[in-house]
Amino acid sequence: MKIPLTLKKLFRRRIVLAAGICLLVVVLVALLANVITGYDPNETAVRERLSVPTASHLMGTDELGRDLFARIAFGGRYSLTIAALTAFGAIVFGTLFGLLAGFFRRLDAPIMRVVDAMMSLPDILLAIALVAILGPSMLNVVLALVLVYSPRVARVVRASTLVVRELLFVEAARAVGVSTGRILWRHILPNLMSPILVQASFIFAYAILAEAALSFLGVGVPPEIPTWGTMVAGSQQYAHEALWIVLFPGLAIILTALSLQLLGDGVRDLLDPRLKKSL
Amino acid sequence: MTRYLLSRLMGMLVVMALVAVLVFVLTRAASGDPVTVLLGDQATAEDIARVQKEYGLDKPLPVQFGYWLKELSQGNLGQSIFLQRPVTQALWERAEPTTLLALLSLCIAAAIGVPCGIVSAVFRGKFIDQLLTGFAMLGASIPSFWFGLVLMQIFAVSMGWFPVSGYGDPGATLMARIHYLVLPSTVLGVLNSALIIRFTRASMLDVLGEDYVRTARAKGLSEKVVVLKHALRNALVPIVTVLGLTVALLIGGAVVTETVFGLPGVGNLVVSAVLRRDYPVIQGALLVIAMIYVVINFLTDLLYMVVDPRVKY
Repeated sequence: MKIPLTLKKLFRRRIVLAAGICLLVVVLVALLANVITGYDPNETAVRERLSVPTASHLMGTDELGRDLFARIAFGGRYSLTIAALTAFGAIVFGTLFGLLAGFFRRLDAPIMRVVDAMMSLPDILLAIALVAILGPSMLNVVLALVLVYSPRVARVVRASTLVVRELLFVEAARAVGVSTGRILWRHILPNLMSPILVQASFIFAYAILAEAALSFLGVGVPPEIPTWGTMVAGSQQYAHEALWIVLFPGLAIILTALSLQLLGDGVRDLLDPRLKKSL
Repeated sequence: MTRYLLSRLMGMLVVMALVAVLVFVLTRAASGDPVTVLLGDQATAEDIARVQKEYGLDKPLPVQFGYWLKELSQGNLGQSIFLQRPVTQALWERAEPTTLLALLSLCIAAAIGVPCGIVSAVFRGKFIDQLLTGFAMLGASIPSFWFGLVLMQIFAVSMGWFPVSGYGDPGATLMARIHYLVLPSTVLGVLNSALIIRFTRASMLDVLGEDYVRTARAKGLSEKVVVLKHALRNALVPIVTVLGLTVALLIGGAVVTETVFGLPGVGNLVVSAVLRRDYPVIQGALLVIAMIYVVINFLTDLLYMVVDPRVKY
């Protein structure tokens, strides 16, 4: 019963509601890509190449005559999956190390210095280096981005753990003999859910952008898999003939990333009313 | 003060040492072998062994790391496998476009971000505030390569106002080279102003609620003086922090933007080194960039004292 009420509160702000609906539409279009588009995303039709958006090709066609809308819809499956897996992985690893660093004083310095070191390399640069090492594939892009974003989560989780650790109920739990593992899992972790949730939505958005950038640079997903990033990369030299083939995949990226960040902001405002006025 | 500086320097050294280990492990864990890439399929086993020996690639990893650290301490980042020159020289040759790009972008980002953030805070809740915060959110959601391609199509290809790509002839004047940088730095500057707007707005809102701002208003000072002198001065510390952070973001953003606009900068060097598995270049570039980041962080902390005389270390 508590969840619907929270959701109701979250979507009371119209902009957050709009973001939620946008995201839902993007996800549905990707999931139902084979139902709502009448085209195979990889079927080429050279005679129809670089067609402007028409009734039969809603977003036009690309340099090989492939239907752009179908490619964006199917590409969404890849882009969204990569980003969702990245957010999940980064949350799991980041939370684990953040909890350890925040709770056990001995582990704090070693873990956080490694975090500092990893965060002193620009996101995209570290990701490029990692993918180069692991080899370009979808899974490796996810692995690289998980490694890039975990330190960010760890830093946030550690900061919150340091606060929660000192609260009275933790001391009470310890006094009645609750084991350390159980204290971490049942008493501290639930209190960190709000910052973790906010981080998850932001990392989801960053991962959409980062995957696209990596694929654009040619060090991400292999070019034959249609993600929003590889679509822009593959079509860029035709942009002067047909700007839409670059425009639409980019708009899909922007719409998704923007919705996610607005949702993240909404969740943060809801869970932490003190921040509402500032950020 | 001295104690603070010393402990900060020690911390920086520790982080840099960890970065060195990280970078070394990362590049050596790579599956592709640069020697086979360099020599091609026809190379005989003896050729490969000879080149491996030449670059020290036949030794055990800890030994290679030791060599590398020793060279590092002498300021030697090694020899590029593909460019036939020292990594430091390769980086140095590519430093100018990247530095200029980062500086110009920072100026643009600050010129947009700080005033917009102030306006947004002063007119909190009004239409202009919603517009600017909306823009700030949007800016953080636009992929830089896409924005670059779109601007390039409009202002370079269609209008012809700016060169499409490249950096001009080596002997060109500074102004001519800056002409090549207008579009790339606009891309980075506009997109990165988003974060500055958000931080400036938040920081200004905090300060505008303070008692001394009310006092300043109560004694009849004009709104302009209250906002720009009493409030802004006190809101500067977080703003300086975010400007420092922006420099770091710009270095990362430059990698992508340089590729879009074909600028021969450090970012471009790294991307091509990654594609060719030129380990020494990747290692050197990552290390230098991390060092710049750490130093900028340190300088930002020191700048607090200039901006806010109450800050003492």
